[in-house]
Amino acid sequence: MTAATQSMIEARHTVKAFGQGDHIVRALDDVSITINKGEFFTLLGPSGCGKTTLLRLIAGFEMPTAGHILLDGVDITDLPPNRRPVNTVFQSYALFPHLTVAQNIGFGLEMQGRPRAEVAKTTAEMLALVKLEPMANRKTSQLSGGQQQRVALARALAPKPKVLLLDEPLSALDLKLRKEMQVELKRLQQETGITFVFVTHDQEEALTMSDRIGVMSAGKLQQVGSPKDIYTRPVNRFVASFIGETNFLPATPVAGGLQLGCGAVVEGLTTAKPSVTLTIRPEQIRITPADDAGAIPATVTSLVYFGTDTHCHMALSDGAEVVVRVQSPASGEAGVRTGDSVGLRFQPAAAQVLED
Amino acid sequence: MASEAETRQVAASTRAGWLLSTPALVLLAFGAIGPLLIVVVYSFLLPGKYGNVEWGFSLDAWRGILFTRDIFDDTLVLADAHLSIFWRSVKLSTLTTLFTFAVGFPTAWFIATRPQKQRAFWLFLITIPFWTNLLIRTFAINEIIRSEGLLNTLLLWLGVIDRPLEIIYTDFAVFVGMTYVYLPLMVLPLFAAIDRFDMRLLEAGYDLYASRWQVLRRIILPIVKPGIIAGSILVFVPALGAYVTPRILGGGKQMMIGNFIELQFGQGRNWPLGASLSVTLLVIVTAALLVYVRFANRDREVNHG
Ligand SMILES: Nc1ncnc2c1ncn2[C@@H]1O[C@H](COP(=O)(O)OP(=O)(O)OP(=O)(O)O)[C@@H](O)[C@H]1O
Ligand SMILES: [Mg+2]
Repeated sequence: MTAATQSMIEARHTVKAFGQGDHIVRALDDVSITINKGEFFTLLGPSGCGKTTLLRLIAGFEMPTAGHILLDGVDITDLPPNRRPVNTVFQSYALFPHLTVAQNIGFGLEMQGRPRAEVAKTTAEMLALVKLEPMANRKTSQLSGGQQQRVALARALAPKPKVLLLDEPLSALDLKLRKEMQVELKRLQQETGITFVFVTHDQEEALTMSDRIGVMSAGKLQQVGSPKDIYTRPVNRFVASFIGETNFLPATPVAGGLQLGCGAVVEGLTTAKPSVTLTIRPEQIRITPADDAGAIPATVTSLVYFGTDTHCHMALSDGAEVVVRVQSPASGEAGVRTGDSVGLRFQPAAAQVLED
Repeated sequence: MASEAETRQVAASTRAGWLLSTPALVLLAFGAIGPLLIVVVYSFLLPGKYGNVEWGFSLDAWRGILFTRDIFDDTLVLADAHLSIFWRSVKLSTLTTLFTFAVGFPTAWFIATRPQKQRAFWLFLITIPFWTNLLIRTFAINEIIRSEGLLNTLLLWLGVIDRPLEIIYTDFAVFVGMTYVYLPLMVLPLFAAIDRFDMRLLEAGYDLYASRWQVLRRIILPIVKPGIIAGSILVFVPALGAYVTPRILGGGKQMMIGNFIELQFGQGRNWPLGASLSVTLLVIVTAALLVYVRFANRDREVNHG
């Protein structure tokens, strides 16, 4: 292993099983992942897929059943949590109710045995960073949810950990506060340069905040990549459907492209499999007039108005359903009406071939 | 208008509150304050020849707490015996409180961390001793620790000792008995406090580099402090005035204040001294509680600053 490693966290073939005998649950099933230094990494996945478990393994609250965890190139699998330079922002915040805001923030530094002056100085810096100076001497029970959230953040950042773990830190906040905190979190991450591992099951949150995303399902890592990668190049059906809305169209390879169920051929795409699924995002499809010769013929079955966008549900000639997203025109009507016959076009490069 | 109606409502509910607590207040007046006044008055009277009191003002009973008249030359000398009784009472009660805490805290922690279903069972076990009379339980301990008792017989038989251990009728025996009797009073309030403790804070503590000891010192103990205070008071106060346990396990020699007071009302035939001793006990308890609560709240005040 080279010293100048890029990776901050590395999980190698990590397995975590709970329970015994027939009731065994594999919360993590052979997960290998690398999280780079200074990156905002998000773990995304449905409830129960093992996100919290992976975070708890990194923090040291759980021991892996098998596999190793490395931090900055050092194997920390057997280190207890209080000896890992990793801090957690808990979903429940877990602030100490008997301490003031400032004492909460200084707690980690104090436990590390830092000198009093340094504790005071860093605590003041952290209070400023999360804009809570006026609340320094309040008890944490006297704070609003958003303020408590910021105390939890400052408390975890104060000891300057190598990695900050955040388990759905925003899920208890209302939408407006949530948006504010998303911006704030991103700012804090950039200012401190600390590696963030952020857990969410909100795909929009994941897409807007992360440098990279790891999508999980049923204890397995499905795909790791940049938000754009994950969105435009999903590797399987699960990732494609979990992130954003998409259309799935069965297709078979023919000379020069892939043939859809309705007979139309999408040129330039190939596969070795006898049958595949083509996925294409609703905003990548254009509606053209019915007499457009090269387009895929379709019929509008319904229109759903979403404010800025309108979703046009279409039926292809073989009955397959396709959703097309268009910008709602100023008049409040899409350019088409229910029952219209239209043509559909998309760039073959915008489509993704799923072989599963 | 609205505020006037509100005021009236508050006044009405205050009246209702007083009305509802009347029975309790009457009971307190007759059951606690009345007898206390009688005791205070008696402490300033003269002892009757065959018990009871003779009406006539005297400070003898108060002097008698610390001093006794020399039989030969009638001078006042410090009553060492009395002092040692006070000292023993305070010492044994304090030790009992400390030890019940040392044993009771892990016990309460254990129960509070059991799955919800099992807790009722463990709590039930804790309350079993309350089912039998204190006297009987204390005699049972006597039976175990006396010279020819269970413990000594067993140890002699095993060959661990070759002479019976002299436990019975010592301070230690009283201490063991009181620890046994008062342990549930420590465990129950501690359990209530630990039960309310958010266990997720432990992980937060470890996450922030605290060792196990630091988590206990800096997080658990400060948060469950109300339970510690309640348990300590519930043990210390009755222990200080204990009567049955020192009587049966301490014999006639290892008296505590409670036995000493009883002596004055019985064989001693000095009701005024008994009365003044009772008031003294009350004062000691109150003073101890004030000091303790002050001490226990000190951290919190510092935290506020
Ligand atoms: N202590 C435990 N004992 C038994 N099973 C557990 C334990 N912790 C987690 N599990 C199981 O492991 C699986 C993964 O749980 P985990 O908490 O990691 O999910 P998650 O992705 O964080 O879900 P959520 O989004 O709901 O928080 C679940 O099936 C859960 O029931
Ligand atoms: Mg979770």
